[in-house]
Amino acid sequence: MSQTALLELNRISKRYPAVLANDQISLQVKPGEIHAILGENGAGKSTLMKIIYGAVQPDQGDIRFNGQQVQIRNPQQARALGISMVFQHFSLFDTLTVAQNVWLGLDKSLSLAEVSRRIREKAAAYGLDLEPERPVHTLSVGEMQRVEIIRALLCEPRLLILDEPTSVLTPQAVDKLFAVLRQLVAEGCSILYISHKLHEIRALCTHCTVLRAGKVTGECDPREQTNASLSQMMIGSEPPALVHLDRKRGERVLEVKQLSLPRLDPFGTHLSSVDLQVHQGEIVGIAGVSGNGQRELLYALSGEDVRATTGSIRLAGQAVGDQGPAQRRALGLHFVPDERLGRGAVPALSLAHNLLLTRSEAISDSGWIDMSALAAQAQAIIAKYQVKAGGSQAAAQSLSGGNLQKFIVGREIDATPKLLIVSQPTWGVDVGAAAQIRAALVALRDAGCAVLVVSEELDELFELCDRMHVMAQGRMSPSLSREQATVAKIGSWMSGLWTETEEAVN
Amino acid sequence: MWKLEARSAPSDFWRIASPLLALVLTVILGVLLFMALGKDPVKGLLVFFWEPIRSGYALGELVVKATPLLLIALGLALCFRSNVWNIGAEGQYVMGAVFAAGVALLAEKTSGAWFFVPVLLSGVIGGMCWAAITAWLRDRFHANEILVSLMLVYVAIMVLGFLVYGPWKDPLGYNFPQTKTFEAATQVPRLFKGSRVNIGVLLALAGVAAMWVFMFRTRAGWAQQIGGLAPAAARYAGFSSRRAIWLALLVSGACAGLAGALEVAGPIGQLTPYVPVGYGFAAIIVAFVGRLHPVGMVFSAILMSMFYIGGELAQSRLGLPKSLTGVFQGLLLFCLLACDVLMNYRLRWKTSQAMGGV
Repeated sequence: MSQTALLELNRISKRYPAVLANDQISLQVKPGEIHAILGENGAGKSTLMKIIYGAVQPDQGDIRFNGQQVQIRNPQQARALGISMVFQHFSLFDTLTVAQNVWLGLDKSLSLAEVSRRIREKAAAYGLDLEPERPVHTLSVGEMQRVEIIRALLCEPRLLILDEPTSVLTPQAVDKLFAVLRQLVAEGCSILYISHKLHEIRALCTHCTVLRAGKVTGECDPREQTNASLSQMMIGSEPPALVHLDRKRGERVLEVKQLSLPRLDPFGTHLSSVDLQVHQGEIVGIAGVSGNGQRELLYALSGEDVRATTGSIRLAGQAVGDQGPAQRRALGLHFVPDERLGRGAVPALSLAHNLLLTRSEAISDSGWIDMSALAAQAQAIIAKYQVKAGGSQAAAQSLSGGNLQKFIVGREIDATPKLLIVSQPTWGVDVGAAAQIRAALVALRDAGCAVLVVSEELDELFELCDRMHVMAQGRMSPSLSREQATVAKIGSWMSGLWTETEEAVN
Repeated sequence: MWKLEARSAPSDFWRIASPLLALVLTVILGVLLFMALGKDPVKGLLVFFWEPIRSGYALGELVVKATPLLLIALGLALCFRSNVWNIGAEGQYVMGAVFAAGVALLAEKTSGAWFFVPVLLSGVIGGMCWAAITAWLRDRFHANEILVSLMLVYVAIMVLGFLVYGPWKDPLGYNFPQTKTFEAATQVPRLFKGSRVNIGVLLALAGVAAMWVFMFRTRAGWAQQIGGLAPAAARYAGFSSRRAIWLALLVSGACAGLAGALEVAGPIGQLTPYVPVGYGFAAIIVAFVGRLHPVGMVFSAILMSMFYIGGELAQSRLGLPKSLTGVFQGLLLFCLLACDVLMNYRLRWKTSQAMGGV
């Protein structure tokens, strides 16, 4: 008889109001295996992991752990069984030390000194450099992840679940993490590794289950697959490649000069001496791990934060640092924020009404809203950008993430902006819609608009951009042309390692 | 086993049906309450739901009480839709009454019939001033408007008390804590003979129309509500949250102040310590039961007015305490909040079979 599975899921289903998140999912994890769960955002990976970890209860199906049928009612029970999880979003208290944070999740019979000793032991055993006495707020994101991993390891897990662990790491830190994971597996622990990054899965995992729209669509050994064949399984089809015309860039539209801003909230990032220029007819990308000042920069650029000295931001030659969003919009700046529901759109209102956030064509000079003109305007955007929605009166929250993003991008592009700023254009968007949005951005560039894209996805930036910057610790790197930029270089710059004298292409 | 299942979108049916179901539940609970008190429940219900609409005069009284409730609720609805939690309409109402009384006391026997106009305007200003204190503290110091506006209610009542026990006390009033009866010129014109209904009801209905147009057909009114629905979106669009706070509080202060002025220059006819009867608080329930919609609030104001009259009648006819009014108001709001769950969730019968053994 072949090895018994450590974890066996049998026809697990979970329904949420609008969506069947998991549909009859079955999978087996063998001892000592790094098992990848591959799928796009929204394919149901996170729900499945939460079910295994006891954070969510399935509607149907059963779970076997080590051959025994189990009902995992809560995470405590999961940990007692030997299942640990490292979440994508850390749950750490910034004001406490590493040891105190770990202590919180552990058996209270241990003393703090004992916990510190064990942290040192584990850290040494796996080459994870970590000081138990340091307060968490002084740690980098990579170090915070180490705290989470050590916290998980202290429970001596037999199954470790990692949810998109590399989304916050630089390429170099990813390599380190992989070394730790391989060591763990060598010691007999199994790992469930959730990701949508194909090359990572091919480099690390020995088995792969692919999810699409809540269903298992394939199982394979990722080492024998190509990126193309994996993505075929993940998305069903390959999106058409972008055609990127070379085009001469025109006048300077946005100029940011020595922009420094103290952070607004205690966990934000200070902006220090940010320089940035965007010209007509080019797409400029800003890469970097999120939380390095992108959010703060975008607030300052959009006008939602008006603390900047007036001359530090110039739009089409005019100093706008202290002007609000409406005034900047009048000068031709349009902005697509990464939060769609609640910032880019009002969830409870119709698509037509959501136009009024940034568009005023349907409003008369005296402030009256022409309802039929508004509905027609919304309908035109829905048709032009192929938004799947129940018409112009459908509430924004009734749309899927991708369709709402298409509508918001459409709303801003339709305003024929001089400068379009887009943050995470395809975050959480299905592949078809993502290709459509990228094509729209390139078309806008070709029409002579200046475009600034902030994204965490390097692939996306390489595909779209003419020039690229990297943001790290609130500073902006010099710009690299597309030819100069390599993943290795951008990766090392993501940890702030660039020399200021490096030749800039402006 | 019954389970609540989240809906993908709020149900339009239950938006309307929920207040009606809440009313039915309130009535059922009311029947149980009357039975527990040893009273005939049919009589009790007649007192609350039939007596107030039985005759022309009774209907008039219903309108007299519904008018201030509706006026105050209109302003509160704008506040609540703007995410400004003005709980102190009672105080703004009292200050409206005080300011109106201040002007009304200036009237002389020979004053013209137009004198009620400055009286009402003064009430509007009084309510606005009182609300402006809350707006300023919130805007300048980020003070919590719920606490500030609520505390200012008690300050306003103290001010009223000071005036009627002190400087404004009627010298010929046998030392009763009240002002002299205002001159006839200050009386708000009545609409019908033999009824206390005055032009206040027309002002309130005009307010309904104006509020509907402002909320649903103008950009300013639309922008005003975004701050309540999605503050980050309002910021993204560039709508000023400061402007929203000031506008919401000034409008609701003006409405409450007008209601106060209409009371003292109408049915009451003088300033007494009994001006505050809780209309400002009851209007919060009116606003929510009416779904913060100007037209919906017309109906909920009438319903709440029934409770006021029913409570008074229950006292005289059935020998029950007048606080029954408050009990019914509370029951209605409680049932409404409970029924509103059905807007976002549906009830489903689940067998243990379908639960998959979980």
